[in-house]
Amino acid sequence: MWRRSPSFILDERRSSNSPPMADTTRGPFQNPDSISAYYQTRAAHHGVITSDWLAQAQAAVGGVTGEDQPLSSDNQLGTEKSFNVIEEFNNWRKQPDLAEAVAAIRALAAVIRASEASTMMELEIELKKASDTLKSWDKTSISLTAGCDLFIRYVTRTSALEYEDFNSAKSRLLERAEKFGEISCKARRIIAMLSQDFIFDGCTILVHGLSRVVLEILKTAAQNNKLFRVLCTEGRPDGTGVLLSSELSKLDIPVKLLLDSAVAYSMDEVDMVFFGADGVVESGGIINMMGTYQIALVAHSMNKPVYVAAESYKFARLYPLDQKDMAPALRPIEFGVKIPTKVEVERSARDYTPPQYLTLLFTDLGVLSPSVVSDELIQLYL
Amino acid sequence: MESRRNPRAVVDPKVRQVGFFTSSTQQQPDPISSTSASSPPLSTISPSGNSLSPVMIPPPLHNSSDTFPLRAAAAGAAASAVSPSSFSYSIRRDFPDGSTTASPGRHSRGSFVKSSVPVASSLPGIGMDSMAAAKSSSVPASGLTTVSVVTMPPGLSEKASGMEVQSDQKKPLKEKTTKAERRAIQEAQRAAKAAAKADGGKVPPVTSASVASTSVKAAKPAKATSQKNDVTVAAGAAEKKGGPSEKDRKKDAPHPRMQYDDESRVVKAKRRAVVKQTEAKNRVELFRHLPQYEHGTQLPDLETKFFQLDPMHPAVYKVGLQYLSGDISGGNARCIAMLQAFQEVVKDYSTPPEKSLNRDMTAKISSYVSFLIECRPLSISMGNAIRFVKNRIAKLPITLSESEAKAALQSDIERFINDKIIGADTVIVKHAVTKIRDGDVLLTYGSPTAVEMVLLHAHELRKKFRVLVVDSRPMLEGQLLLRRLIKRGINCTYTHINAISYIMHEVTKVFLGASSVLSNGTVYSRVGTACVAMVANAFRVPVLVCCEAYKFHERVQLNSICSNELGDPNAISKVHGREDINYLDGLTNNANLQFLNLMYDATPSDYISMIITDYGMVPPTSVPVIVREYQKEHLLV
Repeated sequence: MWRRSPSFILDERRSSNSPPMADTTRGPFQNPDSISAYYQTRAAHHGVITSDWLAQAQAAVGGVTGEDQPLSSDNQLGTEKSFNVIEEFNNWRKQPDLAEAVAAIRALAAVIRASEASTMMELEIELKKASDTLKSWDKTSISLTAGCDLFIRYVTRTSALEYEDFNSAKSRLLERAEKFGEISCKARRIIAMLSQDFIFDGCTILVHGLSRVVLEILKTAAQNNKLFRVLCTEGRPDGTGVLLSSELSKLDIPVKLLLDSAVAYSMDEVDMVFFGADGVVESGGIINMMGTYQIALVAHSMNKPVYVAAESYKFARLYPLDQKDMAPALRPIEFGVKIPTKVEVERSARDYTPPQYLTLLFTDLGVLSPSVVSDELIQLYL
Repeated sequence: MESRRNPRAVVDPKVRQVGFFTSSTQQQPDPISSTSASSPPLSTISPSGNSLSPVMIPPPLHNSSDTFPLRAAAAGAAASAVSPSSFSYSIRRDFPDGSTTASPGRHSRGSFVKSSVPVASSLPGIGMDSMAAAKSSSVPASGLTTVSVVTMPPGLSEKASGMEVQSDQKKPLKEKTTKAERRAIQEAQRAAKAAAKADGGKVPPVTSASVASTSVKAAKPAKATSQKNDVTVAAGAAEKKGGPSEKDRKKDAPHPRMQYDDESRVVKAKRRAVVKQTEAKNRVELFRHLPQYEHGTQLPDLETKFFQLDPMHPAVYKVGLQYLSGDISGGNARCIAMLQAFQEVVKDYSTPPEKSLNRDMTAKISSYVSFLIECRPLSISMGNAIRFVKNRIAKLPITLSESEAKAALQSDIERFINDKIIGADTVIVKHAVTKIRDGDVLLTYGSPTAVEMVLLHAHELRKKFRVLVVDSRPMLEGQLLLRRLIKRGINCTYTHINAISYIMHEVTKVFLGASSVLSNGTVYSRVGTACVAMVANAFRVPVLVCCEAYKFHERVQLNSICSNELGDPNAISKVHGREDINYLDGLTNNANLQFLNLMYDATPSDYISMIITDYGMVPPTSVPVIVREYQKEHLLV
């Protein structure tokens, strides 16, 4: 609302009687009141995730592939195709252990399998349409968008498309799609293995947010009999800290819970910081749960390494210049007491951490420095 | 560019000489040429009774129109006073005979008229010829000077009214002659030897004298003598190629990145130069490895040779003259002009017997390029374009017939221009407008073409923003951008670079252009860009650089000193339109004072937030990736 130059403030006062919340001058990112479906999903997951639940859910969902199950899908549905990609996607998404982007990738692979197109062009168009549908299901999810885009690029980037025989080309595409799906599924294991070298005996790790990748890393480290302890931030309003600490305590890892504001206080005793990421942007920075930027700043100023664990399908072609340069993702925040109506609440669910505060990225492509993200994206996209 | 051009002065009809004639002795640069309305290079010149070069160069870029009437008058006066001197030292631009060094013929600001006779003393050699500058007092020579001044301006000068300078030049010239006469004799002998080796056909007999004088001049800088004149920037010093000019002296070609503080090499390069440059005398020690020449000295010389340009294609010659005079400036414009000239070359080319098209055409292109370098050092974008052209020529299949090969080459060049330059700009605009939000205050520096297109397009998309144009002397390029933006109704503010820290607090984004981006992410751009970027960084304002990918280079540069271009030092000491600011008038020859007018600077990658290219928005660290990935594609296009 407040601009740097006084002339703008005057302009605004003069020109608008708009309610303070409706920031009409914000460009393409309108609709401040929409709640991000992505975060709703995460919240839902967080609410129930426990390892027992995970095991049960896996068993229940296992074996469901490519079937049309009438599911009421929120938001836009795909076109009336016999094969509904959204439904397929939702099937996959029901497994809480599966990342959303991986579910989308699997769904798109199923699209290829079930496709009735007879030419390559038709197939590509179908793929594109399915991917657009998935992306529009939740516009604020970066990994979903990035995953779909990368999938399309990866799959179609083969000389098989020049084959005369459509069926062989299609089977080649399917092969690549399956492979991509496999890679994405296994990404977490690969990342966990790569990061083992960085966790040494007696170290103290600070974790923020509930990332399944980071959880996997810590689990693997515990299984490898490393001795370390974890400090978890509370992670309001999602309560990620409580969830994470309950998970870790099951693995017999010493856990300490911190207030979000106690991070700087405890930073002295921390040896390294681990984050997951909702998306990795072209500059090498990450978009993650609200609070990440803050912690990265504190860690950087105290010379503590900051490690980010992110799968490679989260690399997105975005380039935010500052915190407000992204599509807003809002979520409802409960304070427990009633807030007067004239008081605004900052409801953004995520922030952007610039690359200079990150030390290394652990991805399934290897351990990378932030500037390599752009390298990978250029190689893949251009 | 038109705004920079001086209106042509009226030439006194009585003294006008029509037709072509070779300059008998000195070449008095036709001052009138600038005044004459004829724009084509073949304008007739001038007034002075002395032999005047028949070819006039279009008037200088900046200029004070107010000087014109004066100039005409002065010219008239000068004409009479002009006395042909065999060694026109310094006063004028570089005459074909490599004369004098002095006055590069730039215009100095201020009224020319004054300068002509009486003023001679008052005008300290504006940068031109070190020699001339040395003596501001010479008056009688002024006649000569004025003449030379007039002709010069069209040439190199950027802003200064050449006239004044000229007059200054004149004065010292006289004195110099006396001083140098002793040396000149020795030099003449030496030069005679050199001249005998040199291309005999093109150069008039006086050439040897000029060569002598040139070498004399060459000797002078070595001594870092007292010439205080600002060193005029080498308009075309062969920095990169310095190759054989008219004939094939390929084997003797100086090293492409020749360092100009090596005496012997400089002399060697001079010998095979088409454009005889006069070196400035008073040079800054730190920059002696860069070519510094008197401005304006070449133009008249080149004019005279226009019809003797046997080895040189007229289109290339024209482009070279346009570079010399500053009519074409800016990376994209220069590159496109050069490529279009090469297209003409290809069109008119016919393989000589017993030669292969690939090799012969490559040799020809190299010689043209060395000529262009003499006019003005190559920009990095031009270097990449030349590499592309040579690569295409080399890859032509032998089996093609000549006409097919020519057609293929022409279409390749056309495709390069359309894809890499014009097409790239559209993609850059598309990406960049996504970063402009309503309520933004955008700052830009100078006049980058890519940024201008972005701003205009964003305005068309009805985004609400305002623009801050930051400008700096001596080129004041921002004024052109300002005009174009205001014409479209964009809300603009204009300020000079001195105020950058004052206004930076209200800026939300900074858009800059670049002449090139190097491999370590360093942005090589107009001088002043680094300053703007650093201040923006201190205020945590994001800096976005818009640069086409064909300008990327795998070179690495750590500072702005090792590779740069030196402009006309006169432009610093004079302020256009403010004759009263003449505090430095008597000091140009002062041994304690050197003028330095840098054209480019290097901005470290830490201050750049993102680079917008036709390959998308990338961080500065990804430039070597693009160079690596697209090198092949770039060359093969």
